[in-house]
Amino acid sequence: MLKYIIKRILWIIPVILGVSFFIFFIMDFTPGDPAIMILGEGAKPEEYEALRNEMGLNDNFFVRYIRYVSNALKGDFGRSYRTNIPVFEEITSRLPYTLNLAVTSTIIAIIIGLPLGVLSAVKQYTAIDNISLGISLILTSMPAFWFALMCILLFSLKLEWLPSLGADSWKHFILPAAAACTNTLASTLRMTRSTMLEEIRQDYIRTARAKGAKEKTVIFGHALRNALLPVVTVIGVNFGLALGGTIVIEQVFALPGLGQLMINAVRSKDVPMVIASILFSAIIASLVNLLVDIVYVYIDPRLKSEYSTVKAKKV
Amino acid sequence: MTEVKNNKLDTKEDVLKKAHQFKKKSQAKTVWIRYKRNKLGMFGLIVFCLMAVAVLSANGYLDYEEQAIAQNLSERFMSPSAEHVFGTDQYGRDVFARIIYGGRISMFVGMATILISLSAGALIGASAAYYGGKIDNILMRIMDVFLAIPNMLMAITLVAAFGSSLFNLILAMGISNIPRMSRIVRSAVLNVKGQDYVEAAIACGTPDSRVIFKHILPNAMGPILVQVTQTVARTVITVSSLSFIGLGISEPTPEWGAMLSEAKSQLRYYPYLAIVPGVAIVMMVMSLTLVGDGLRDALDPRLKN
Repeated sequence: MLKYIIKRILWIIPVILGVSFFIFFIMDFTPGDPAIMILGEGAKPEEYEALRNEMGLNDNFFVRYIRYVSNALKGDFGRSYRTNIPVFEEITSRLPYTLNLAVTSTIIAIIIGLPLGVLSAVKQYTAIDNISLGISLILTSMPAFWFALMCILLFSLKLEWLPSLGADSWKHFILPAAAACTNTLASTLRMTRSTMLEEIRQDYIRTARAKGAKEKTVIFGHALRNALLPVVTVIGVNFGLALGGTIVIEQVFALPGLGQLMINAVRSKDVPMVIASILFSAIIASLVNLLVDIVYVYIDPRLKSEYSTVKAKKV
Repeated sequence: MTEVKNNKLDTKEDVLKKAHQFKKKSQAKTVWIRYKRNKLGMFGLIVFCLMAVAVLSANGYLDYEEQAIAQNLSERFMSPSAEHVFGTDQYGRDVFARIIYGGRISMFVGMATILISLSAGALIGASAAYYGGKIDNILMRIMDVFLAIPNMLMAITLVAAFGSSLFNLILAMGISNIPRMSRIVRSAVLNVKGQDYVEAAIACGTPDSRVIFKHILPNAMGPILVQVTQTVARTVITVSSLSFIGLGISEPTPEWGAMLSEAKSQLRYYPYLAIVPGVAIVMMVMSLTLVGDGLRDALDPRLKN
């Protein structure tokens, strides 16, 4: 098992290198001269040239990429073309907002989606099932930012219960978290329902019932434990989507997170900032997927036995 | 017991189908008969077709320049009325006309995205599955790298480097969907590849490209079609999100996300401006999702719970 986990952890290194290479390569096409952006229009041609040399912009693409990676490993992601603030500092100051939102919304989605999925599988074709399927259909069909706008309309403007902008108190996070959780909630619900339906019809469930186990034990102890595997994967995949979604949600609620930073950087062609902010999001998404894969090993006895060593078997 | 019977029937049917070309039609027919029984699927299909007709025939009853683009400041913020079904926006443009033309853009981007991602994905996925071994490994590891970048971020990267235009947006959406598409094609092809008729074709000395495009892909079409409807649905949402944050299609082109972005500042006083484009998005995405679900059930009834 340890071997599997180590293999999985090592695999993340080439992935992140590949992602960074791709982003660096694409962003290299950005039009505009960084030297002009930094010095402004009025400087002398020699000054531009000197700055370009100093920044190493005249070097070959691969030389620049390798330098970027080796600097990045030391925590230096360059400086913003606009503000001259180190990119790393800026990103680490914004990251908590985004992570907070993505994690909170994922947790909300699991808390609501999982039980609802189980319930609608157990009560298939009843009103509860239809309603929860309807909800998940509407939630998947709705862009999260529009749901956010509608929430603002109802809860901030009409009812005046919650604030619509800013990030000052916990109240400010209710609407964004609600808006950000829609997609994950819907897919968790759907996935839980369909895998639960599959499990409920298995023979071992009949056996469990026949031996007189309580219905609660049968559903949660037997069926759900086995149904959980695909659900965990879906949640992991959705976390990446949630990170992408929070970018837009942050924009709606004017939250000072990574998304806002990224969008402003794109608009002002602040290349180092764009590269680093996208890279960070992709790394976080990969790490979460890694975590999911590791959790998978623990909850899937098949994988566990496949990779377990003699020592683990004794335990 | 019944399941075993079904399996046997299916393989028999498969053999017949591959032996005689004309049988192919009858399979499409059986799928359609099964699809027709699905009420939600039919509902989605009808809604989508109605929207498609309304959007494609738009030039017949609307004037793009006059109603969707030209500003008419004397008619700003008119409430919905007989003349303007959904009212007018902050520049006095007819919201209904802009919704219809916005739908045209969404559908166009969706189709173009499919064209790019499906053709590239089919090529990559099919060759990975067909050749297997090293090629499969290399191609799929590269796709893993691309999958590590969430769709939205991939699109933002491309738009950031190449600027935001309709063409770049399509390119971005197309490219960002390639990894998922090639994975689906790969697994669908792997399923078909083990069948005897493929081996027979190879044994006959059929060229690789012919085996892939003539024998394997048509039979692996089911899951790919389902993925296509889902991809279009997701693309509609992503494009509107990008336009909403100002990195997609920009003013004055009528696009649903861009319209919502404008409506955001008027939310307090003119909420209908923000409601209508959102409902349009939900209708299109929901109809596509229902069609996809119906298709999945019709193509493989065993999957239906």
